[in-house]
This record gives sequence, C-alpha cells and structure tokens, in this order.
Amino acid sequence: MTTTTPTPSPAVRERSPGTAADPGAAARRRRAVSQWLFIAPAIAYMLVFFSYPLVRNVVMSFQQYTPATYFTGEAPFTGLDNWRAVLTDELFAASLWHTLVFTAGSLAGQFVIGMALALFFSRRFPLSGVMRSLLLLPWLIPMVVAGTVWRRVLDQETGVLNEALQGLNLTSGAIPWLSSPDFALLSVILVNIWIGIPFNMVILYGGLQEIPREIREAAVLDGAGFFRRFFGVTLPMLKPVVTVVLVLGFMSTVKILDLILALTNGGPANATETLGTHTYQLSFLQLDFGQGAVVGNVLILVSMVFAVIYLRANREGMAR
Amino acid sequence: MRYRFRRPPRGAPTAAAAVLALLGAGCAAEPEPDVFTVMNSSTDEPYHSWDQEAMDRCGEEVGVTVRQISVPADQLVPKALRMASSHSLPDVLVLDGSDMPQFAEAGGLVPLAEVGVPTENLSEGARSFGGYDGTYYGAARSVNSLGLMYNKDILAEEGVEPPQTWAELSETAAELTEGERYGLAISALSTADGVYQFLPWLWSNGGDERRLAAPEAVEALEFVTSLIEDGSASRSAVNWTQADVNDQFIAGNAAMMVNGPWQKPVLEEHPEIDWGVVEVPVPEAGDTPVAPIGGTTFTVPVNEEHPEREDTAGAIVACMTSPEAQLDWSLKGSNVPVDPQAAEEYREQVPELAPFADQVQTARSRTEHVGTDWNVYSQAIGTALQAALTGEATPEQALTRAQSQVEEELRSRR
Repeated sequence: MTTTTPTPSPAVRERSPGTAADPGAAARRRRAVSQWLFIAPAIAYMLVFFSYPLVRNVVMSFQQYTPATYFTGEAPFTGLDNWRAVLTDELFAASLWHTLVFTAGSLAGQFVIGMALALFFSRRFPLSGVMRSLLLLPWLIPMVVAGTVWRRVLDQETGVLNEALQGLNLTSGAIPWLSSPDFALLSVILVNIWIGIPFNMVILYGGLQEIPREIREAAVLDGAGFFRRFFGVTLPMLKPVVTVVLVLGFMSTVKILDLILALTNGGPANATETLGTHTYQLSFLQLDFGQGAVVGNVLILVSMVFAVIYLRANREGMAR
Repeated sequence: MRYRFRRPPRGAPTAAAAVLALLGAGCAAEPEPDVFTVMNSSTDEPYHSWDQEAMDRCGEEVGVTVRQISVPADQLVPKALRMASSHSLPDVLVLDGSDMPQFAEAGGLVPLAEVGVPTENLSEGARSFGGYDGTYYGAARSVNSLGLMYNKDILAEEGVEPPQTWAELSETAAELTEGERYGLAISALSTADGVYQFLPWLWSNGGDERRLAAPEAVEALEFVTSLIEDGSASRSAVNWTQADVNDQFIAGNAAMMVNGPWQKPVLEEHPEIDWGVVEVPVPEAGDTPVAPIGGTTFTVPVNEEHPEREDTAGAIVACMTSPEAQLDWSLKGSNVPVDPQAAEEYREQVPELAPFADQVQTARSRTEHVGTDWNVYSQAIGTALQAALTGEATPEQALTRAQSQVEEELRSRR
C-alpha cells in the first residue's frame, strides 16, 4: 500500500499561492480525488473481503455465538469465557503441537524433495518438459480427492501400500498407517508432502533459471564440487525465492483442513487434530461458533506473523 | 468464517465466487408466489430423483411448484444457519433428527400442529423423534436403525447361525475370521457414523450417554474393544465410514457387519451376495435391543416476511409424510415408515428387512435426553471410542475422560 500517498510535484507547489479560489488548488483537489477513485475499488475490496470478516471473527470470539444467534441476531458478550474455555482445553494444546509438527514436517519434506527435483530438472535432458508436467499432477488434484484416494492406499489391511511393502518383504506385518495414533500424523504429513512437492519444485525451478549460467560455470572452473557449488553459490542466490516458497508454504500448510478431514477426520483418538480441524469441529460439529472463532483467531495470528516476514523479505528482495 | 479454513484459494476464483454468492443472496430475498423450496441433503442418486418425483406429486396436490435444493449432508446445517441470518430460509427444511433441536430451540421452526400437519395418530417413536421440548416440529417420513447384516453363504459354509448375544457374537466373529476375512466389520469413526454404531452396545447394556463413566458404559466399550483385540474386527474400523464398512462386506473382507437398511440399494447392485439381517446382538439372551433412530424430519422454518407461506409449506410437509408417501419412500429407499400402519404394510412387502422394522420399535432418539447438547456428547463418545480401540487408553480411562470433557464443555456454555 505504499503507492497510495500522493506526492504533489514541485512544479505544482511553486505555482500555488495557497488561496481557495486558486485554479491550481482546484486542479490539485481534482487530482487527489481521481487518485483516490483509482484506489477506491481496492480499498473497498479489502474492507469487504478481509477487514470485515477479520473483525467479525475477533468480535465473535468474545460472544456466545450459537445457532440461535442466526435467528435472533443476539449474541451476548461473555468476556474472556470462550478464550479461557479453549485455551485450557487439553485438546487445544494437542492441536497446537500437532499443527507445529505437521507444518514443520510437511515444509521440510516438500522443500528438500522439491529442491532436489528442481536441481535435477534444471539440467537439460530429453523429455524433461514432459516429466516436469507429469510431476505437477498431485498439485492439480483437489485435496478431498487426494485424501480419499490415499485413505484407500493407506488402509491397514486392504491398502495397496501395505500389500506392496509386504510383497517386497520390506515389512513383516501390516503398518497401521491411519489406524494407529502413533502413525497417523506421520502418514498425514507424508501425503501432504506428496501434494506440496510440485509447488516447491515449480517455484524453485523458476528461481534456478534466473541464476546466470556464467556464475555457476565460473564456480566449476574454480574447482568447486557439487555441494560447494550448491551451498556456496546456488542457495545464497536463491534466497529470496526460498523465503517466498517457505513462507507461502507455511501459510497454506498451517491451516490445512480438508486433507486431514478426508484422511483421518482428526483421529484416531485426536492424533491428527490440528488447529484447522479443531476450529472446524468446534464451529460446525459442536455449533459453538464463539469457541471456534477463538481457534480461528489463533490461526490468523500465526499466519499474520509469517505474512509480515514474507512482506519484509519481499521488500528486501525488491530493494536489491 | 466459513471459507477461511479451506485450502488457500489461488487467486481470483474465490473472489468471483464470493461476489456471486452475494448477488445470489440478494436475488433470493423475494420468493416467487407459486414456487416453494425444499432444502434437503439428498444429493445422491437415485434418492434425488425419487425425492423430486414425490415433490412434483405433492406440488400438484397443493397447487404450487416445489423446487428441491440439495446440499451435502455436512453442509446443510451451516448453510441453513447462514440463510436464517439473511431471512432467506427455504419453505421446507429437511433436517437430520439430531440437528432439529438446535433449530427448534433457536425459535426457528413452526410447530407443525399450527400449519395443518396431522399430529393425532403419531406413534410414540415418531413423536419423540420429531419433537423437542414437548412440541412436535419435525415430521419424519421414514426412520432407520442398525442391524447385524451377514453373508448367508459364508455362515452356511462355516456352519454357524447369526449371533444373538454378545457372547455368541464374539464366538461367531472369531470363527468366521479367516485369512484376509474378518468376522465382523464396524465403523468406529469419531464422528457421527462411529458414534451411531456404538450406541446399540451402550444402550442395550443399560448404559446412557449422560453417565459415560458408569459400569454399563465401560462394559459396552470393553466389549467392542475386545472384538478388535481378538482380531475378529479390523483395526481400520477407526477410519471407516458406514459406506466403507459396506464396501468391505461386499468385497468379502467381512462376513458380518453392523449397518443400516439404507445400504440395501448398494447391496442390490451385487446380486452375488446373499445377505440377511438380524437385530444387533444384546448382552444376554432376552435383553431388549436398543438402537438409535436415524433419519430426517421435515420442518417448516418460521417465515417472518411471508407468514402466509407457512401454511402451504405445512401442506407440502403433510403430503410428503402421508402414510402412502411414507410407504412409497420406504420401499424405494429401504428405510422403515414411522406410521404404524404403513410399517405393518412394509413388513409384509419386504419381509427380509423386518428386523429393522422391529428394531425401530424399541429404538430411541439420540437427542431424547440431552437435546441440543447431543453434539457435545457425540464428540466425547467418538473420542473415547477411538482412544479405547487404538489402545491409547483403557475403556474405563477413555470414558471417564469423556465424562469430564462433557461436563467441562457444558459448564463453559452455561
């Protein structure tokens, strides 16, 4: 939003003596109005689609907001009751922890594999384009579909994965991918990594293309090996892109809901309950919209912190 | 609030959708005088077409056009609430029996006696299912319950009879478990499906959702847990919906399953499977099986702007839930009519589903005792069920925890 402050040009300033009847002032006013008119749609859009829901959600978290509210419009304020109820609930602490593990695990897996693939494809070889587009597939499939398919694949007895593992003699028994609280979170993370790899790969691949070939060639001539080249040259030059990938990845991962609902419904025994599924359950299964809003606000707060980091990183990148 | 937790929308489509939604809401404010809307969750075929046929018939009888709006079951309540806040609810709202009290308590529903829906000859079950706080708000067309469905060929092969008590069930399920095949398939999801399936064990044993830590409840959960620990039922049950359970049964991965009559149309697509039904086994011979009643009720939302429409809506509800309509619907969709006479007729026409008709007689509604708090109980039961089945806690620990979870949540609401 830095473009919104209109700076009068020096020429205008010189010619205006400051009286209201002055034609220069009228022109300036007209210009200010037309400038505001240009940004008005953007401001209206932000107010309607971002500020209003955001403020509503914050207010809601201090209200007793139940199904009756939708009919009567009455939602009495209850102070910090909702916050206290949610924050002291063991399930909230568990969800917070699961969200952390899920997000960190997903990001690490997606990034490392995405980076490896991006490096692989940045070399030229036949059919590279075709393979690259095939790898995009997981990204194109709707989350719910992916979740449903993976639920079948990971089924303890009839799932393809266990049959394959046992057929290859890699495991002795069937692994309870989704039916044991010890494995479920890991399985959900693995599926999410599968979904997120294309996004990481595509962006990082684009970033790699931006790095001038000469620099890498120079490093080769200087005798730098692959790892030296990667950590000494490629990664530092890729830093702005890496920040973007990680921050955007974080913001989309931290609130994932549909994938987890389709895979495990937050179970078994709440093992995959995250802030996203917790707020869904409070709001739409228990119909306690006030408490649901509390968890939602926590999520927004977490996302906001990273949004600020993102904006900062972006500004640095642009200043360069 | 509703869209925020979806996967991040990538760009414009959401904005466009939101604008369209706003425009849509704006347009819906003034209803056409001769067009009445019924919102239900009958998104699946053939149910959607059957519903439309019934609505066309009733529209003709009442002299209006009836339009059907179907939304997925899990989105019906949020959507209806959203519509309530903009005063654009449909003329007739078809709600799941366990959701109806929420709307009744909010003052959003018209007592059916006021809009000409006959309430004199209702059975006790229908009254309890469609009533809240002594007032009858929801007319049911058909109800369902759970039964023990079994593969006749497999049972004949192994030379066993369908079990009637818990002990017999344990024994039979163990005998029928062989290789890839489990003796019994159940759903133990932490959401509605799994909780619904746990209730017959809990209630038939004299347990009650209001006393989850009581010995009767613990015993019931111990019994279900033992079926998994014996290896007679799959550990994957914690991830299976009732539709998944049916798939496992059809695939031959289970010799018996707990499921409802609504699976009949799917089972009929597999004529190679010869199946039968008995009531869900009870703890001891002679005990009364108590299963939950499931199903939907037709309600008439309060229409402040056009109160005259409520009467026509009532006439549509009366027509959709008349004994003839009930029988027709039940024969198609394999649920049980709530009208006693229609139920009798149904029993004669489909003797193979008679156990469900019997079960409905003693079944009870989930919201009978706890009303609008059912969701809180349901969540706690679902969590306890999964904690016990996955070995994360003993049945006793799990249920004790559930009880205090419910108490805490209810306290925070008052």
